[in-house]
Amino acid sequence: MSIDVNFMIGGEAGQGVQSVGFLLAKALIRCGYYVFADQDYESRVRGGHNFFRIRVKDSPVYAISVPIDILVALDKDTIDIHRPEVTPYGVIIYDGEKIKDVSDNGTMFSVPLNKIAKDTTGNAQVSNTVALGVIFALIHSDLNILADLVQEYFGGGKMGEDNAKAVRAGYDYSLQNYKGDFKQRLSPIDNKQRMLINGNEAIALGAIASGCKFVSGYPMTPTTPIIEYMAAKSKEFDLAVFQPEDEIAAVNSVIGAAYAGARAMTATSGGGFCLMVEGLSLAGMTETPIVVVLGQRPGPAIGLPTRTEQGELEFAIHAGHGDFPKAVLAPGTIEDAFWLTVKAFNLADKYQLPVILITDHHLASSYFTAEKFDLSQVVIDRGELLGESGRAADSEYKRYQLTASGISPRAFPMQQEGVLVVADSDEHSEEGHIIEDAETRNNMMRKRMKKLVSVGRDVALPKIYGPQEAEVTLVGWGSTCYAIREAVDSLLEQGVSVNSLHFSELWPFPVDDVAKILAKAGKIYVIESNASGQLAHLIQAETCVKVSDRILKYDGRPFTPSDIVQEVKKRNK
Amino acid sequence: MVTVNDYAGGKPAWCPGCGDFSILAAVKKALVDLQLEPYKVLMVSGIGQAGKLPHYTKCNVFNGLHGRPMPAAIGAKIANTELTVIAISGDGDGYGEGGNHWIHAMRRNHDITYLVHNNQVYGLTKGQASPTSDQGSVTKTTPDGSLVPVYPVALAIAAGAGFIARGFAGDIEHLASLIKAGILYKGFALIDILQPCPTFNKKNTYAWYRERVYKLDETGYDPGNKLTAFEKAYEWGDRIPIGVIYRRETDSFEEQVPALKKGPLVKQRIEPLQIERLLSEFM
Repeated sequence: MSIDVNFMIGGEAGQGVQSVGFLLAKALIRCGYYVFADQDYESRVRGGHNFFRIRVKDSPVYAISVPIDILVALDKDTIDIHRPEVTPYGVIIYDGEKIKDVSDNGTMFSVPLNKIAKDTTGNAQVSNTVALGVIFALIHSDLNILADLVQEYFGGGKMGEDNAKAVRAGYDYSLQNYKGDFKQRLSPIDNKQRMLINGNEAIALGAIASGCKFVSGYPMTPTTPIIEYMAAKSKEFDLAVFQPEDEIAAVNSVIGAAYAGARAMTATSGGGFCLMVEGLSLAGMTETPIVVVLGQRPGPAIGLPTRTEQGELEFAIHAGHGDFPKAVLAPGTIEDAFWLTVKAFNLADKYQLPVILITDHHLASSYFTAEKFDLSQVVIDRGELLGESGRAADSEYKRYQLTASGISPRAFPMQQEGVLVVADSDEHSEEGHIIEDAETRNNMMRKRMKKLVSVGRDVALPKIYGPQEAEVTLVGWGSTCYAIREAVDSLLEQGVSVNSLHFSELWPFPVDDVAKILAKAGKIYVIESNASGQLAHLIQAETCVKVSDRILKYDGRPFTPSDIVQEVKKRNK
Repeated sequence: MVTVNDYAGGKPAWCPGCGDFSILAAVKKALVDLQLEPYKVLMVSGIGQAGKLPHYTKCNVFNGLHGRPMPAAIGAKIANTELTVIAISGDGDGYGEGGNHWIHAMRRNHDITYLVHNNQVYGLTKGQASPTSDQGSVTKTTPDGSLVPVYPVALAIAAGAGFIARGFAGDIEHLASLIKAGILYKGFALIDILQPCPTFNKKNTYAWYRERVYKLDETGYDPGNKLTAFEKAYEWGDRIPIGVIYRRETDSFEEQVPALKKGPLVKQRIEPLQIERLLSEFM
């Protein structure tokens, strides 16, 4: 019998929902389980209704499911809203001394969290960690793993000690007072160490591993944590982290740093990305390698700031005035988030162009279980640089030298004595100076656009999951990858002939290969978290293959596997 | 030995009599006087007639977007602190389109010398009002007269800039001395340059300026006092002060970034395996 347990912590913003949830997820990872966790929160600092969900299995897990087995309610709203989602065999933990007038349907377990916290430590702040102890007793897990983690998290001082005491007190209280018969067990199964990591963290790690030395970002949900993580590690890894006055300054400072020779990145969301678009065009024209992380959230305008959507695919691909080459990568998995960041820096340097790493709130902020990334596989390719021998002593360095490949060897200011690097946003000569004549313009435009063809050769094809050929092909991109795969598994079990085709690298679009793959497909359903079907449009425009239908969702919540299964069955009667 | 020939660049496309010619001469003179080798100098400019200046010299050049030279200059300086970075704008580029960048760059005190060619009019787009046009200036976009101008020096004092000077394109020696002082200053140095535009600004001409400008250093003025600096910043009429208007010593942005203490970022080696320890923190 496989293990599959679902937890939810709910409460107001500011009550510590996220910390409790994170610690529970991390403790279960240390018990050897696979964990997936996501957060649902409102765009406010205090109040409202927020929750943190955790699903635990003994095999890989990438999505939430209902019903809930254990619900920790830090306020009454959580009970009122989520009680219907709790299984009849589940438990709702709450502090009956604070939350009154709760009827018992057999799942309620009132624990005086506040009183226990005060009695054991004199510190009411640790009441949430009391609840963690209660949970560990209910699931018969290893209290020491939890207590060690909590102590580590809150530090060696009094806070660490108080929290460790609090979990022990909660554990003991539960052993003595819980009279129900909750049956799910999560005792440690494995010593294998895995990471609990979200997409933002994987991207930040990918950037540091790639030698990104300059990161500039204006805070915007959902990618702010990328900048914050890199700032926290800036002293250890000698990273310059620059918070500018706006996103225009962010992208232009990144371009300046990259021109000067540092690997450089910025991260934002749709609204900030809008302000960066002119800068993207500048990077295209000056052939400056930059990486821009675009973490999507629902638009238009401010939209739903703390929720998820995939509404900026076509915008990202076409962002910028004028024609210039760029690459757009869209991580689908937590591993992609790391490895495509590494790839983004390499493509940017190799082809001297802007690379957009497009992700979304769901992948950026959800926690996944991942094996340690194998850092020995990280390759850093800085592209063609001006070598000592690359220049005759008496000839002038030409930043935009016309070459067969369209790639001119790069030099950085002060890299070599006497080498001057002239870069221009005006159309320019090989030397980098302003020109107006038609012939040079044509040569330069051809040179730049050649790179679109060559970078296209480095773009990986979409991956087929399930049988090579099937009556129905589910096509998706980015963070829907896990949900679509699980839907394919479920539909195959139900006898539907189905597979999926998933894009993690979208531009330049691999036209011929995709056309070939889709020619063999039966019905093509494109699944996207947006209202217009942007990938469907891209496929049709680029390949002339007509898609059968679109399965779209734009309520700000991520696709679940069951959403997809339902919609496929509806269309496939 | 660096000579003015080392900085000889392309043929300028400016109008005859443009103040930009004198500014170009002053820039070259300052760089030669400081014996800065061209490959150690980076000029970052925006768009407008002023933005073309770097093309008419010979050094590292990044000619970026309209209004955006400052953030590009900031990124380049952080990436390689050994570069002498000079940013160049006009009044439209620097005080209009790039106004927000300018204010925050002063506040943060990046070690950059900012030359703003202030001719009080848009030249490249042929004669519209600029943020510094004198109130009431009638132009093609302001037929009823332009509104209250920005007082760049006053705004710079308020924003916390550490070195603020005003030069005059009609006095190359004096302007070059200000540019030199700005380059040597460790922090953000604004040099607002009064620049006649013979084509589109018929009011603020060489003659008009010559009647009015006077040198602060000949009056015993002390640039260390913020309040008197404000008074000088608003002195605009029969007499217009030029010279260093405000100066204070403080740490530059770059001196405060821990990552830069080990030398320029561009010289640091990249070693992916170094992050192994970080992965363990997620376990």
